[in-house]
Amino acid sequence: MEWTSFDTWIVVTGALSAAACALLGNYLVLRKLSMMGDAISHAVLPGLALAFIITGSRDSLPMLVGATAIGVLTAFLVQALFRLSELEKGATMGVIFTTFFALGLILIRQAADHVDLDPSCVLYGAIELTPLDVYELMGMEIPRAALTNLGMLAVNLLFVGLFYKELKITSFDPALATTLGINATFLHYALMTLVAATTVAAFESVGSILVIAMLIVPAATAHLLTDRLGAMLVISVLIAALSALLGHLGAITVPTWFGFTDTSTAGMMGVATGLIFLVTFLLAPRYGVVSRVLRQWQLSLKIVADDVLGFLYRYEELKQPQSPPVQAGDLQKALKAGGSLWPALWQLKRRGAIRQTADDVLPTETGLAQGARLVRSHRLWESYLCDALQMCPTDVHALAHDLEHFTDASMSEALARQSGDPNIDPHERQIPPLPK
Amino acid sequence: MRQRSTVGGAYLLTLLLAPALAWAADAHDHGLDWPSLMDFLRVLTLQDYNTRVVIIGTSLLGLAAGLIGTFLLLRKRALLSDTLSHATLPGIALTFIIVSALGGDGKNLLFLIGGAALFALLGTGSVILIQRFSRLKDDAALGIVLSVYFGLGIALLGLATRMNTGNAAGLSAFIYGKTASMLLFDALLIAWTALAAAICSLLFYKEFTLISFDASYAAGQGWPVVRLDFVMMTLAVVVTVVGLQAVGLILVVALLIIPPAAARFWTYRLRPMLLLSALFGALSCYLGATMSALMAKLPAGAVIVLTAGAIFVISLLFGSARGLLRILLERRAMARKIGRENLLRSFFELTEADLAGAAIRLDDLLKQRAWSPGQLDRLVSLADREGLLNRAADGTLRLTERGIQTATRVVRNHRLWEAYLITHADIATSQVDWGADEIEHILDGEIVRELERLLPEADQPAMPASPHALTPAAEME
Amino acid sequence: MATPQPQRDALVQDTPLWIHDLTVAYHRKPVLWDVNLSLPEGQLVAVVGPNGAGKSTLIKAVQGLVPRASGAISVFGKPYEEQRHLVGYVPQRESVDWDFPVNALDVVTMGLYRQIGWCRPVNRRHKAQAMAALEKVGMTPYAHRQISHLSGGQQQRVFLARALVQDAQLYLMDEPFVGVDVATERAIVALLKDLKAAGKTCIVVHHDLQTVPTYFDHVVLLNMRVVEAGPTDAVFTEENLRKTYGGKLTLLSDALFEYSKNPQLPRGRKGGQP
Ligand SMILES: Nc1ncnc2c1ncn2[C@@H]1O[C@H](COP(=O)(O)OP(=O)(O)O)[C@@H](O)[C@H]1O
Ligand SMILES: [Mg+2]
Repeated sequence: MEWTSFDTWIVVTGALSAAACALLGNYLVLRKLSMMGDAISHAVLPGLALAFIITGSRDSLPMLVGATAIGVLTAFLVQALFRLSELEKGATMGVIFTTFFALGLILIRQAADHVDLDPSCVLYGAIELTPLDVYELMGMEIPRAALTNLGMLAVNLLFVGLFYKELKITSFDPALATTLGINATFLHYALMTLVAATTVAAFESVGSILVIAMLIVPAATAHLLTDRLGAMLVISVLIAALSALLGHLGAITVPTWFGFTDTSTAGMMGVATGLIFLVTFLLAPRYGVVSRVLRQWQLSLKIVADDVLGFLYRYEELKQPQSPPVQAGDLQKALKAGGSLWPALWQLKRRGAIRQTADDVLPTETGLAQGARLVRSHRLWESYLCDALQMCPTDVHALAHDLEHFTDASMSEALARQSGDPNIDPHERQIPPLPK
Repeated sequence: MRQRSTVGGAYLLTLLLAPALAWAADAHDHGLDWPSLMDFLRVLTLQDYNTRVVIIGTSLLGLAAGLIGTFLLLRKRALLSDTLSHATLPGIALTFIIVSALGGDGKNLLFLIGGAALFALLGTGSVILIQRFSRLKDDAALGIVLSVYFGLGIALLGLATRMNTGNAAGLSAFIYGKTASMLLFDALLIAWTALAAAICSLLFYKEFTLISFDASYAAGQGWPVVRLDFVMMTLAVVVTVVGLQAVGLILVVALLIIPPAAARFWTYRLRPMLLLSALFGALSCYLGATMSALMAKLPAGAVIVLTAGAIFVISLLFGSARGLLRILLERRAMARKIGRENLLRSFFELTEADLAGAAIRLDDLLKQRAWSPGQLDRLVSLADREGLLNRAADGTLRLTERGIQTATRVVRNHRLWEAYLITHADIATSQVDWGADEIEHILDGEIVRELERLLPEADQPAMPASPHALTPAAEME
Repeated sequence: MATPQPQRDALVQDTPLWIHDLTVAYHRKPVLWDVNLSLPEGQLVAVVGPNGAGKSTLIKAVQGLVPRASGAISVFGKPYEEQRHLVGYVPQRESVDWDFPVNALDVVTMGLYRQIGWCRPVNRRHKAQAMAALEKVGMTPYAHRQISHLSGGQQQRVFLARALVQDAQLYLMDEPFVGVDVATERAIVALLKDLKAAGKTCIVVHHDLQTVPTYFDHVVLLNMRVVEAGPTDAVFTEENLRKTYGGKLTLLSDALFEYSKNPQLPRGRKGGQP
């Protein structure tokens, strides 16, 4: 592999267009309009084709303006059709963008005789060729595409910076925004206009269809990583730029492993951002699959451990002097906890709540106190459900059994107060007093 | 009966549309060789065996897509088909690479379709996983899978075009569709598969209806919703992958979305909707394939989608159930009706004792309700034209004989509705209907008589008093 | 008597909310029909009626969020559009996406956006103002929590704090008491009392008939039409309730309905306060 200034410019161009897309994409994701990005990026095709046919070139302002106009028209038609027809929004988009795209295809085919425009080049761009078309700027040769995308990024940054607060409120609660006198419709169309313009500006580098990858995936990834809007914007832009770098690297290295020279950079950018998403989806600290599963497991362990303590306490209550100590097997039979019992016992031992000798499970002083607290919550709940809510004779035991694990000390005392500090539960059993 | 005339009307309209479309294609197609009339007739009437199979196959595809798309639309999954069609691209490219590398024919349709279907299912699975295991909403899940799979597809396609063995050029037919280049075998495959998918979707008619309308209820009734969903999605995948060659992967979704969306404007019921949707789908495909057979340069998929789009626009405007024209007319009629009734009621309230004798000034009416002078003037003119009242030279208004009758009826209706709302508060709100001229059209005669008895002035059944004390004219004086 | 029969123009009243002849319809179905209301200033007003009676629609129609077929509405004597700054709105909780990347403080600050003005950033003073409102509803410890990590009651309190910083004269609240815990219910009641003491008018859509007489001064009984409106002790009668809810109404069925919406969250008020 040989890295040249060509490669640098490809990465820079890709990163700029990806960043411009990702910035706006945050708002599409948060407004549940992700597929609007898809619709617009498909629908600009006839605009591009028309402008191209009329002006005969690919790098003109008319092209940008014409295609952007069609993109905004798409957004407008989707909204109008949605209002008028009671069709679901997805179907509305589907109807409109496919029709526009079909129109674009026919236009391109018509034009193919006179001008050199290939639908593939619109669909998946030709970022590898962008460094060839340069613009002289202060003695530096800069690819025109990089400049276009830089301009777009600047416009988007300005928009988001200026209207940060307004975008936030109209995305979160458009009804409130309206009552506060902030025009949600205006901001919607301003956003759609910029999405269309960004799509058009980026079509040459990433291609009009891969634009949607850059609009949606970095923003969705960032949404899994943070709970702050500002952070989400920054992270999504970084991910977009990283995808451009990794995408190009992948395009020129991965194929060599299989005996090819290289492949489409735009396509690999999509793959790279997809991989970043996948890793985040699995490993994100708070919202990743792994941490969710772990948390769930911890919760179920805590419940088993609670049940063990409750069982030991109740056993202690009923125990005759000559009763044998509880055995792990008894616990298994009573609690039906399956494989979770062993790690739960291990946890309890480490907490110093139980002692284990051979197969016997003996509660310690602290263990008994904790068990008492649990049983107290349980029986308070039963009394409360029965007396205050008149839910007896339905099975209050099961409900109480679930609730006891989520009842902390203050809630349990509030319960006691609400039900008049009972010391006997509906099943005539002693409610343990508050342990010291 | 009415339903049948609806269907018939739709059918006629679309038949009328066909020549118009052909003409339109002609108009912007001047760059192409417009086929001779003989060619045209020969293709349209399916004389040539090869063309016949291609056209029939594609039409069957449209039919199947129309049926399955209806269920997808009702299940609110329209755009899922977009995602799964984009997700087929890596399947196609990868199959091509592997088969070519192994020395086979990379463009063997069976292999390609198999690869496409596999990735479409993978894509659907990914969407479901993202929906299930992350906080992202459905739209983001669709967008992520669509774009990432498509990106992968393009990267793989890049490899395919750089291969020495095999010729990847024809693969683009899968992206844009090209019926003209279809082999006889391909067309037969499409025809039989589409037919099988259509029959399958009809076999599951009852089950699909159930899960489309209320999946949670179906689950509660013990239906295997997840498995039925899987069958539905598999049928969608089948239609998508066999449609790739005919319409292209970006546009095949249109076959699943547009015909059912168009059919919806003609009916509120499922059976006619399925029928119409299948018809629209088949017709679009028939026209598209014909056009493409005649003019090799026209991308078939695009023509098919544009035809479907035209049918959609016509349905949107003129649909007999939810068409805009009908809704607009209904809404206008309703606004007029409300206006007229408000006017007559105000008359009544002002002159309750003496409807015939009293002459009313516009000013008095104006105070009666929240209408602007312009609005009121328009209402009065309208009522004048309808012969409900007379406007004297000095501007005073007087009800005509018909006006008095109508006013009496309107007020009676209104007061009975009020009484009904109070006496039957638990069910009444769902029954109040402004479309009805007489309360008897909605409510049982027995109930109406009972209501009349309840009203204070029951001895005047034609003119019950309002249960609310609202005789403002008297009160204000 | 029910509502005074108003007379246009001359009769537009300076009351916090005056509704004349309001009709709202979806297609052929009226949802609100000839609604006439005039609400007194500085009172706590409950809007009560069965499900689907049009209570939410009424609140939305006042703010122009649903189109009206006929009628006039004025807020403190002028059309709503001119008086927006005087109206604070607490929507139903389901109406927003709780996964949105904002914390409680951000949401409350949103209530200040009109004051801050277009394009200007939120500064420290605004944040302090929002914190003060959060403190009033007892939410200071949760100010920096992402909103999906708050309980239902806490979310409701955030909404209330947001309405509070709007510093409105008229508050419209759509079912603030639904699905909240006892602590939140107390906080809301205390807040309503504070608002009343400050001379504000609160119009609250309320579901729990049992608490109406203790919490509210004024009642509007709504079931597509206004059945009756007036001071609670005069209007909130068995007879009027039957006219609103129908003969089969029992307080129990209402309570059961609420419980069915939220079976896993037993709340003190369901069985009455001990
Ligand atoms: N957007 C809408 N389209 C059609 N019907 C609606 C719409 N919103 C509300 N409705 C209908 O209007 C009636 C009143 O609704 P709503 O004001 O939400 O009632 P409430 O808040 O009193 O329970 C209901 O019957 C409901 O079905
Ligand atoms: Mg409501």
